[in-house]
Amino acid sequence: MNGAANLVALNTLVRREIVRIMRIWTQTLIPPAITMTLYFVIFGKLIGSRIGQMHGFTYMQYIVPGLVMMSIITNSYGNISSSFFGAKFSRAVEEMLVSPMPNWVILLGYVVGAVARGLIVGGLVLLIALFFTDLHVAHPLITFLSVLLGATVFSLAGFVNAVFAKKFDDIALVPTFVLTPLTYLGGVFYSVDLLGEPWRSISMVNPILYMVNAFRFGVLGVSDVQIGVAFAVMLVFVVGLAGVALHLLKRGVGLRS
Amino acid sequence: MSPTSIPALVVDNLRKTYGNGVEALKGISLTVQPGDFFALLGPNGAGKSTLIGILSSLVNATSGDAQVFGVSVNRQRGKAMQLIGLVPQEINFNQFEKPFDICVNEAGFYGIPRKVAAERAEKYLRELRLWDKAQHQARMLSGGMKRRLMIARAMMNEPKLLILDEPTAGVDIEIRRSMWQFVSGINAAGTTVILTTHYLEEAEQLCRNIAIIDHGTIVENTSMKHLLASLDVETFVLDVNRLPAELPAIPGITLHRVDEHTVEAEMSRSHDLNSLFAGLSEHGVTVTSMRNKTNRLEELFVRLVENGRTKNHVEQAA
Repeated sequence: MNGAANLVALNTLVRREIVRIMRIWTQTLIPPAITMTLYFVIFGKLIGSRIGQMHGFTYMQYIVPGLVMMSIITNSYGNISSSFFGAKFSRAVEEMLVSPMPNWVILLGYVVGAVARGLIVGGLVLLIALFFTDLHVAHPLITFLSVLLGATVFSLAGFVNAVFAKKFDDIALVPTFVLTPLTYLGGVFYSVDLLGEPWRSISMVNPILYMVNAFRFGVLGVSDVQIGVAFAVMLVFVVGLAGVALHLLKRGVGLRS
Repeated sequence: MSPTSIPALVVDNLRKTYGNGVEALKGISLTVQPGDFFALLGPNGAGKSTLIGILSSLVNATSGDAQVFGVSVNRQRGKAMQLIGLVPQEINFNQFEKPFDICVNEAGFYGIPRKVAAERAEKYLRELRLWDKAQHQARMLSGGMKRRLMIARAMMNEPKLLILDEPTAGVDIEIRRSMWQFVSGINAAGTTVILTTHYLEEAEQLCRNIAIIDHGTIVENTSMKHLLASLDVETFVLDVNRLPAELPAIPGITLHRVDEHTVEAEMSRSHDLNSLFAGLSEHGVTVTSMRNKTNRLEELFVRLVENGRTKNHVEQAA
């Protein structure tokens, strides 16, 4: 297909994904908003008031970027893994596989859809956060890029998960046993500077730490890691996971016999 | 070779062995001419769906190639897929989407702009009598409607080669006939059609050429007319007033009693029917109605497949 035809195909896929997100908004948008509101009330208000300041910010202000990033990561991942696996399960994925659409368009369409859900949920959570605390974005471009890259990394990871998944349980395993622990240990609720060794060094191999801190640097201007390193880590993951996803699509793993 | 003389499909020594060792296709070759209405028949597990899967790029061939209007499915997948429309055996659309959206999205995957896609979706949903359901969730459609929706969806890229994999399975006769009418119209307009079906009456009525596949090999590939002409024996079922205790002996005809009022007559196609009626009449038997025991193609199909199996058994035993 030529460039214009690829663009039509990409638009179609993205539009379909966004329609899906909006059609089931009670499953895609409301639950994360409720969960994060509870985090703000319990951790930010009730417990946070006793913790005091962290890096010169109230505890509520300190955890807002982490919680927003956590919502973006889990929703991007959840969107693509459930949508693509659902298409596999219902065999609707064949609509795309028998079409002349190139693999990169399929991947990009799903990733854009998942990033869109991440951004919508992130925006909602940020709006809710404003009911609890004041926020001034310190570095808007870094904020935007960190959100975009963080969502893209986990969209790609969710896609790879969905390609390998054979049953719905398989797409719940990674979020439960990998994503959630890494998110909680990724500096969402605390600064890794508070940790002693070896836990601090162990935390530094957690990719989510870099995403949370890049976003925190964008919003608050403080970070536990160097911002350049954080972006480099995210870019490496984007390139690596995109390569894996395209290879899987080319080989037809889990999709073509 | 001029563009019009390029075959719609050339299958060249196609083999497929699945990971579990099952050899689904054992080097099959066939050619389908442009504008043909081609029947691809075979018992369950013969390899038909594997062949269709390879043509539509859902299955990777182990070796060999297929060319659609001269375009290799292996080497130019995208270009080849532009030429194909597929109606699969199993329902494979998102049942929570609306038929209109399913069709428009499918067109989008082929790079067809939304405005054109919307016009085509309306055209084909109307032609397949689904327009009044266009904005309902697809899961609310009946089984026949879902199958018609898959035909409408396959038409969205206006393919030069339409592949129908058992499109009428489980569909009532009225809807089946309306589907035949639609597909015949598409074929008359120039689209090459490949049909697999277990309703052999359907294949006999619609198709001009035929391939029969069994155990991954082509056991017959000829014109429908030629194949049907090769059937030398026919069996008729006759309803009669009553049968005598001993069946009459009529030269060249073998009679089998089914019950007191029904008899089967097996006879050569060259044998005239008058002798059958005369022979029965002489013994006081009055024929009240008569029909073919099976569809002619069905009879041939069974014989070809059984012959192939017998040959296989003999070869294996040797």
